[in-house]
Amino acid sequence: MKKERINVSRREFLIRSTTMGAGFSLGLYLPVSSREALAAGNAAETVATEIPEVNAWVVIKPDDTVIVRIARSEMGQGTLTGLAQLVAEELECDWSKVTTEYPTPGENLARDKVWRSFATGGSQGIRGSHSYVRKGGAVARHMLIEAAANQWNVPMEECSVANSMITHVPSKRTTTYGKVAAAAAELFPPEQIELKDPKDWKLIGKPVKRLDTDDKLNGKQIFGADLTLPGMLNAAIKACPVFGGTLKSFDAKKISKMPGVRKVVRVEDDAVAVVADTWWQAKTALDALPVTWEEGPNAKVSTASIDKMLDEGLTSSDKVFTGNQNGDVNKALKGAVKTVEATYRYPFQNHATMEPMNATARWTQDRCEVWCPTQNGEAALEAAAEAAGLPISKCDVHKLHLGGGFGRRGAFHDFVKQAVAIARQMPATPVKLLWSREEDMSHGHYHPITKCKLIGGLDDKGNLTGLQVRISGQSILASVRPNWLAKNGADMITFQGMLPEGDHAISYTVPNLLVEHAMRNPPVPPGFWRGVNINQNSIYMECFVDELAHTAGQDPLAFRRKLMARHPKSLAVLNAAAEKAGWGKPAGKGVFRGLAVVKTFGSYVAACAEVSVSTEGKLKIHRIVAATDPGYAVNPQQIEAQVEGSFVFGLSALLYGECTIKDGAVEQTNFHNYPSMQIKEMPKVEVIVMPSGGFWGGIGEPTIAVAAPAVLNAIFAATGKRIREFPLKNTDLRA
Amino acid sequence: MAKLKINGKRVDIDVDGATPLLWVLREQLGLTGTKYSCGIGLCGACTVLINGEAVRACIVPVSSVKASQEVITIEGLSADNNHPLQQAWKELDVPQCGYCQSGMIMSAAALLKTNPKPSDADIDAQLTNICRCGTFNRVRRGIHLAAQSNRKGTHKRGGA
Repeated sequence: MKKERINVSRREFLIRSTTMGAGFSLGLYLPVSSREALAAGNAAETVATEIPEVNAWVVIKPDDTVIVRIARSEMGQGTLTGLAQLVAEELECDWSKVTTEYPTPGENLARDKVWRSFATGGSQGIRGSHSYVRKGGAVARHMLIEAAANQWNVPMEECSVANSMITHVPSKRTTTYGKVAAAAAELFPPEQIELKDPKDWKLIGKPVKRLDTDDKLNGKQIFGADLTLPGMLNAAIKACPVFGGTLKSFDAKKISKMPGVRKVVRVEDDAVAVVADTWWQAKTALDALPVTWEEGPNAKVSTASIDKMLDEGLTSSDKVFTGNQNGDVNKALKGAVKTVEATYRYPFQNHATMEPMNATARWTQDRCEVWCPTQNGEAALEAAAEAAGLPISKCDVHKLHLGGGFGRRGAFHDFVKQAVAIARQMPATPVKLLWSREEDMSHGHYHPITKCKLIGGLDDKGNLTGLQVRISGQSILASVRPNWLAKNGADMITFQGMLPEGDHAISYTVPNLLVEHAMRNPPVPPGFWRGVNINQNSIYMECFVDELAHTAGQDPLAFRRKLMARHPKSLAVLNAAAEKAGWGKPAGKGVFRGLAVVKTFGSYVAACAEVSVSTEGKLKIHRIVAATDPGYAVNPQQIEAQVEGSFVFGLSALLYGECTIKDGAVEQTNFHNYPSMQIKEMPKVEVIVMPSGGFWGGIGEPTIAVAAPAVLNAIFAATGKRIREFPLKNTDLRA
Repeated sequence: MAKLKINGKRVDIDVDGATPLLWVLREQLGLTGTKYSCGIGLCGACTVLINGEAVRACIVPVSSVKASQEVITIEGLSADNNHPLQQAWKELDVPQCGYCQSGMIMSAAALLKTNPKPSDADIDAQLTNICRCGTFNRVRRGIHLAAQSNRKGTHKRGGA
């Protein structure tokens, strides 16, 4: 009876599962397309996953290998391992036999989005899917036990399970998941399932090793840039360097005889690509190709002209939105005994993933497939279908691990559209498009530029009585997700870390507060950049609070604590970081400390930095103590890795990160003029993971926000200098 | 034509001599463990060993590599992920995205060759590779751990 009722979906998944088998085996065999791989009879590869799944999340092979399906992308942040832990916790399987695979976004659509969101951003990987992936594991466990009980003809309730082994307790009979998986796949899922109480977790919270390390140690890991397909050609591309400009003309004849060159093609309206046998040949020919551009309306835009726009917004009443307001800030500032005023500025920055943008596409009249590193498989699929001119059901995207994402490969799939546009001009030929570093630097979706003017008022006891914050500058949403703007047109994400409540709430109680944003959008494309707007907002807020404490003649920790009575979790991480760092005790000769605390992406983070500045003005960051309360900590050692790494990302931005604009184009071209931190600059990092339970906060981004302000406040303590424009490479730190 | 010795094997490749070694490895020989990132010899993602010395393969024309020189890429560092650095990297879960790690490991391998017990300052001076995920502190620990196990290994062999 059961079988009958599930026949239809059973057949569907068998078809899908087989297709998947070919698509998944990228490390060993790279099919031209899934269908052709099957047609070619790639038996060894397809047999492996022709095993029916227990459910969408779990496939178990006869040898007890557990394949956990992962919808989100792995880009270094460790989500692949964390999500597998969540499934395995409820599945009660043998962790040593767990492997993972990516379903494709096309399969997700065909199966009514059974894997839900593929989007990997906003520190959402774990916190956005913990509930349904654990459920997936629990449902699979139930079905496996039921299958065993059926075989023994005993009630399920008499069976226990641990480590992929099912035991019929009264008779002590045992079997394994691998032996009953095929039978389990034929069963109905239970209508209801209970998830474990967090106190019973065995695998969640354990610092298990990552599942994806081995191949990253011997060159076997295939990133998008490494992909090779039979008959594949390679493309190098150049888009108009001026934002909004277009391609006027190119002289293909000049390079058509160069070695390996197959074709020179126009790509959309703003780029030209050379397709050749190898990428090096394509790039060499592209460098020699005469190209003229129609520079368009932005050819005169410069950093100075953008700054002028932003300066106007600091005092304007036009296009101003309110993010947080309570009390009467004007009255409070008028009545203040002392006021403090400061204006900060944060520049454009490039994501600069180590692996430049790339995608491989193969287009025919009735099928388009793309292989690419993406933070959002579904968005990549939509981009592919749009560029292919085909219904989405005739397209698919095969995800590859990312050589860094940081937000660049989530909302934007310009590289996918370009690859498909090129492949469309060479039907049935797979073409790999790889951007040069120079192309990557000049065609980013940059960290938005903003300025911020803050005015704070203090009473005669040095208490903060009023705070006015005016941000002026770029909205990411207005450019990237206009449908996410509030009804009045406000971009609420610009207020990250300053909002009244929620995942990005302000960490302080300020009696009279006004936070506003004057939206000023220069024609440089902005994007979500790891941390998004908290990176600059935390500098504005945390450095300015330090300025207020200094003016009030109070210790920066004591001053903050007074404002944090209603923010106990923020206070707890701040206290933990300060205490471990030894706040209040001498830090060593010439070494000074600075603090920062932030709530963002649902987590509470704080840092205490120790720095020294030599008489020659040379900054050394000696040590940072960082505390994180993400609610639940799925893998503490991966959290430590993310926190340590966040300091590299945040401090690289603080020390060096700046894209300047001249004649409508980005001036920086490569790592020589857009440097990133090296190991010699890396401070010691001590990480306190202090999960207080009861909520799920993000990990990949929050700590970046405390890196810069903690160091800047320590620099002030060391030198008496308030630096309000970044990056630091532009500032002379000499006394 | 270029005659090379890569990971112990002799190869003859029909390629323009101006082509950087990186692209010969990646596109002619399929050794994609050596990565492209900056193309100007700065970031270190393309680091390989030539006669034991760390070299940025993206700026080395293949014509300048002699047939007598031993080129070692990440694929040739060990037979089975068992180089002390690979073992230490595994032990400490060093990689994040992993894209820079081939170059990082090869730079570290060159360092250990000439300096089996490097200090933090030695590591700072030799490892100029960029990692955007931020694995530096684990990289440092990994090198120290590998140096330790190297010494233990030597001791064992010496005592046998």
